[in-house]
Amino acid sequence: MEVLAYLIPISLFLGGVGLVAFVYTVRSNQYDDPEGDARRILSDEWDDKPKP
Amino acid sequence: MAQLSSGTAACPGCIAAPAVPARPIPQDTQIALSLPGIHCSACIATVERALNATPGVEDARVNLTLKRAMIKAAPDLRATDLIPVLENAGFEAHELDPGALSATQADKAGRDLLMRLAVAGFASMNVMLLSVSVWSGASDATRDMFHWISAAITLPAIAFSAQPFFANAWSALRVRRLNMDVPIVLAILLALVTSLWETTLSGEHAYFDAALTLTFFLLAGRYLDYRTRAAARSAAEELTALEVPRAIRVAVGVEEEVAVATLNVGDLILVRPGGRMPVDGEIVSGQSELDRSLLTGETLPVFAEQGATVSAGEVNLTGPLTIRATAVGEDTSLHRMADLVAIAESGRSRYTSLADKAAKLYAPGVHILSALSFVGWYIYSGDIRTALNIAAAVLIITCPCALGLAVPAVTTAASGRLFRKGMLIKHSTALERLAEVDTVVFDKTGTLTSGIPELTSLGDHSRADLEVALALAEASSHPLSVALTKAAREAGIKPATLKDVTEVPGYGTEGTYRGQRVRLGRAAWTGAEEGDQTTAWLAIAGQAPSAFLFSDTLRPGAADAVQALREAGKEVILISGDTQGAVQALAGKLGIQNWIAQALPQDKAQHVEALRDQGHHVLMVGDGLNDTEALAAAHVSISPASALDAARVASDIVLLGNDLSPIADACDTAAKATKRIRENFRIATVYNIIAVPLAVVGLATPLIAALAMSTSSITVSLNALRVR
Repeated sequence: MEVLAYLIPISLFLGGVGLVAFVYTVRSNQYDDPEGDARRILSDEWDDKPKP
Repeated sequence: MAQLSSGTAACPGCIAAPAVPARPIPQDTQIALSLPGIHCSACIATVERALNATPGVEDARVNLTLKRAMIKAAPDLRATDLIPVLENAGFEAHELDPGALSATQADKAGRDLLMRLAVAGFASMNVMLLSVSVWSGASDATRDMFHWISAAITLPAIAFSAQPFFANAWSALRVRRLNMDVPIVLAILLALVTSLWETTLSGEHAYFDAALTLTFFLLAGRYLDYRTRAAARSAAEELTALEVPRAIRVAVGVEEEVAVATLNVGDLILVRPGGRMPVDGEIVSGQSELDRSLLTGETLPVFAEQGATVSAGEVNLTGPLTIRATAVGEDTSLHRMADLVAIAESGRSRYTSLADKAAKLYAPGVHILSALSFVGWYIYSGDIRTALNIAAAVLIITCPCALGLAVPAVTTAASGRLFRKGMLIKHSTALERLAEVDTVVFDKTGTLTSGIPELTSLGDHSRADLEVALALAEASSHPLSVALTKAAREAGIKPATLKDVTEVPGYGTEGTYRGQRVRLGRAAWTGAEEGDQTTAWLAIAGQAPSAFLFSDTLRPGAADAVQALREAGKEVILISGDTQGAVQALAGKLGIQNWIAQALPQDKAQHVEALRDQGHHVLMVGDGLNDTEALAAAHVSISPASALDAARVASDIVLLGNDLSPIADACDTAAKATKRIRENFRIATVYNIIAVPLAVVGLATPLIAALAMSTSSITVSLNALRVR
């Protein structure tokens, strides 16, 4: 059962990473236009580099 | 939204610094446009390409979810310059007021909810992981440790993410009332307290995961609700399609363009042909005709000259007018009427939503049940710990996860569907009320018709007359002239050669044809008798004047909408402020048997109220100031995007596009949505009927609670998706 000493902190850490990543996506306006983003990805206008 | 704030926000240091009397730095303007017609990636690309190719546009970005375009542009560019660009590209566009887009604030509330939702979600995942190991057999010290870790995650997570519920419950309790949030908060708190107690005593059952999933599901419902309504409300309120934000002020012979808000009583204002009166006033110089259709519903333009009074909202048709302002801003008759609407609107709060009805039954029931099981078990076992555990289990199991999701999940799905068809649902109970509608009252001018005249009597005239009329009409930009030109050109008529063609503002155009004076214009000016239909008269010296009759063109989809509504068994009524003949003609064209002409604004409202008193549920569709009272009095109301601001504010649903046909579809969707909401309540009840007895007799475990809660929430959400 000693393995729990590693596993529990690891699982908490990974959960935390997920939360931080989500907070980052919210802060960078990635949920402002979900429908538009879903369509934009199909357009090849900005395939080479992201829109400036 | 970020683009919006970056354009206006200055750094704090700049604000704090003393004002330097430097030259004004030309700042980029933000323009926001509503684009009801966009729906695919090709639309996004076309719109952005068209906008970016326009000189002065620095950056344009389309938001497909909100059907909007945000444009960063040079300071002198106006939305009115961009709308034709988009119309050429095949897209309908309306101006939105970027200053009124409370994006930053609204977005803050939305993000706040989203953050809480995220924290609750991630915390519940972690806790669920630990709970699953407890349920699958962890015991003794391991179980206690898992419980303690769960507690360490749950307590701060709940303290952060359940705050909206705490705040709502507290504000209800403070005025000694119960709302849906009171049982929620009680369940969460009781679950935490008993679980902590159990944990300290090395007990078997802890409900940390239940408290968190409960918060998560309920926040999801709140967020859906918020998101649908915030998007709709902001767009509906910020449509400035027909507002006059700018006016031309004449001061000491100099004309300057100023914001309407800065006008004062006594200012001289120049209103060019095609412009809308920004204030109430008196005409100081100039002659013209005024289109009052938005205020009164009459399509016939009214002659106006020096000394006549004008009201804000009227449209100047032919000649430039200089007016002296007699009432500005909130004192204009336009605004006073709008204020009346605000008072009338309070009547709508009488409607109790399905969710409120459910909450009224639900909240006391749950509390009584939980209290009874606590008392019962305390008497039976004499052990307060067992009794409290069972009471907590009852509260958690009955907790309104499914109820909390039942309404928002359905309204989100239904509003999304209607939004894609070009309708914005502004009011939270609008769909429920729309589902009950059995009578539909339409306004005529601007609602069923587009307000653009169409020549109907082309065949009654000789070719020679038509050629003269066309030559005269081409010299004017009056709507009737434009309609005549269009019809004659389409019929292949060539204009006659005239000499000395001049437009006399307010009367018409005149010229010389083969040495004779010819006139096209108002009845009195051409020597004809005034009729009750929209008419332009052609007078050729030595001949009796001949009449060119016009009727309003139908809005696209008007016939379909009326027919579909009638087929759905709804009574359709047409009430207009226009003349008998015009209303009768339109009613006949659309097959509406029940029509009323020359109705004053009060008549419209009274008629709607009379219908209501007869037990009908009335849907009012209107756009003008004369409709606002009726819109507010009706059970539910719809106005097109081109409607006057006051009318849009008074209505529950705004039609974004030009097309009327979504109205019938909306009634259908609303009926379906209400059916789903009722189904969802039934699903939630059935699940409670199964689970509650288990909890009351003490057989419920955290595993059963978690299973029941998730399955019911998911069933309800899936059921809601069927509306799409």
